[in-house]
Amino acid sequence: MYDFVSGPLVWVAFAVFIGGLAFKFVTTYASAKGEKVVLPTFSGKHGLRSLLHWVVPFRNRNTRLRPIFTLISFGFHLCLLATPLFLMAHNVLWHRAFGVRLPSIPDPLADVMTVIVVLGGGFFFLRRLAVPVVRYVSDWKDFVLVLVAVGPFVTGFASHQQLLPGDTLLILHVVSGVVWLMVIPFTRIVHMMWYPFTRAFMGSEFGYVRHARDW
Amino acid sequence: MQVPDVPKEIPRIEDPGIDRRLEEIDLEEVERVIVETLDKETAARLKVYLETCVHCGLCSEGCHYFLSHDKDPRYAPVSKVKQTLWEMARRKGKVDKTFLRNAVRIAYLECGACRRCSMYCPFGIDIAYLTMVVRRIFHKLKLVPQYLQDTVNSHAVTMNQMWVQQDEWIDTLQWQEEETRDEYPAARIPLEKEGAEIMYSVIGPEPKILAQLLGNISLIMTAAGYDWTMPATDGWDNSNMAMYSGDFEIMARVEKLHWETAQRLRVKRVVMGECGHAFRGAVYDGPRWLGWTEPPIPMVHAIEFYYELLKEGRIKIREKYKKPITVQDPCNTVRGRGLGDKLRYVMNALCEDFRDVSPNQEHNYCCGAGGGLINCGANWKKIRMWGNRVKAEQLDATGAEIVCTPCHNCHSGIEDIIGHYKLGMHVKFISEILVEVMERP
Repeated sequence: MYDFVSGPLVWVAFAVFIGGLAFKFVTTYASAKGEKVVLPTFSGKHGLRSLLHWVVPFRNRNTRLRPIFTLISFGFHLCLLATPLFLMAHNVLWHRAFGVRLPSIPDPLADVMTVIVVLGGGFFFLRRLAVPVVRYVSDWKDFVLVLVAVGPFVTGFASHQQLLPGDTLLILHVVSGVVWLMVIPFTRIVHMMWYPFTRAFMGSEFGYVRHARDW
Repeated sequence: MQVPDVPKEIPRIEDPGIDRRLEEIDLEEVERVIVETLDKETAARLKVYLETCVHCGLCSEGCHYFLSHDKDPRYAPVSKVKQTLWEMARRKGKVDKTFLRNAVRIAYLECGACRRCSMYCPFGIDIAYLTMVVRRIFHKLKLVPQYLQDTVNSHAVTMNQMWVQQDEWIDTLQWQEEETRDEYPAARIPLEKEGAEIMYSVIGPEPKILAQLLGNISLIMTAAGYDWTMPATDGWDNSNMAMYSGDFEIMARVEKLHWETAQRLRVKRVVMGECGHAFRGAVYDGPRWLGWTEPPIPMVHAIEFYYELLKEGRIKIREKYKKPITVQDPCNTVRGRGLGDKLRYVMNALCEDFRDVSPNQEHNYCCGAGGGLINCGANWKKIRMWGNRVKAEQLDATGAEIVCTPCHNCHSGIEDIIGHYKLGMHVKFISEILVEVMERP
């Protein structure tokens, strides 16, 4: 069982993840050529300027207005992206599958980062229920997506701590990771790919076209 | 400042453009128009925006309606998209009349397309663009507030916003030239001067109800020694309410004629009066619809023009304006053109006691009148007033007596707010202050 999920299933997941994003990107780029404003008004310099103001916390007014939310959100996203990439156990898999090694983070630090993701996910879940505006615009899919996003972290942590005997947790971890990868291109988690583009476009609109700041 | 009560539920406001049209509207046509607009008139931008929005609600801080309605979730920018475009897309155009009535009010009255929320969305989603897509659909369905539609009709027939006829236009210019010459005999309003350096263009309300502003510019231009002219033909009006009703065909006709008029006069640049939406239409929305990346001749907004003539010392200040004064950063020229610093230079150059607003510059609150809102008519005024308490509080906090509003919509909108919240302030254009304090050679 473990051999299957960590073998062919993972390859399928990566194929859907990368293929899905690539397909999305190519078709969207083709469609963007038909827009009068997207490509002709795009400016790398102003796009980058805007991105820097938004990927660094407290460099824009909205993140300054809500410092606690900002710290949680940045911590969540940073750990969510960095932990699976640089985890020592994953590095062994990267090497076996692709022959490359990324820098590794020590396991105790990875544990802390995993806990940050899980707690962050819990925060976002509760925030969807508690903040009236967010509740007003959330549907069931938004709640499920939070669970999908933190699923691999919960199972990974539990598995690492060997909370259950045998392969069960490890298999659950791989399956939840597979689900996570496969839904990215087809759900709102695709914001992971679009973020730099929407931000850079607005940065260009404000900076290059309108000579103004968007942070 | 006094804050009148706001009803919990929005009362139904009568508007023949909406009520009568809804009685006869065919829901199959609605479905067809929605699907057609979403499929054929939008592309990657809309799709990516709809996919990317994670429903986080962070845009809410950007909206003066949301803040003024004590953070009522219905008024957050994302909620307005939910109540309009999301539903249209999700139901594939199969919407009912109750939905339409609510969505029309939201698109035309509860969002001024001021773009402040885009500065609060972490993804920089252009929510104002989403509003404009909804308005486009409503225009195609002929479901537009009556007063706004009448203004668009005026554009279509007379090529200006206020049904001004050509003889009235010329007559008004000559009348204002004469008035100005009473106290300053050198003043002129040169008409149809080919090859002049500057063509000066204004919006329809100037000849119609604020003619003294034409006299002011005659005085300023003459005193500053500019070689300028105004057209005697259609094409003098740079305003564009069709841009806000969603009638982009008429919008493009108006802008095209405006630029063709400037080209016919072979001027080096167009300087325009104190209006924000007109700048947006002439420099961004019009050219884009026409397939131009920018206008054929540079356009200089009044704020930048006054900055230039004060900085270059073309006009000297006799004595600075004394009363405590604050300013309204117009969305379309400050958030839309980055003229905030130049506006402050002008304010400090003209006034002794300038008191800035907070938040200011790009983060300033919209006046609540632009974006076609005030043009929807007096029957809708309360929606604008209830939705802009934060503006009243912001102005009140400055302790100023005068609000300088370098934009016609801001001017009228702030005047309404001052009256509604009993702020005891007055509004003035830059040109009104300038002619009061300038040295007359």
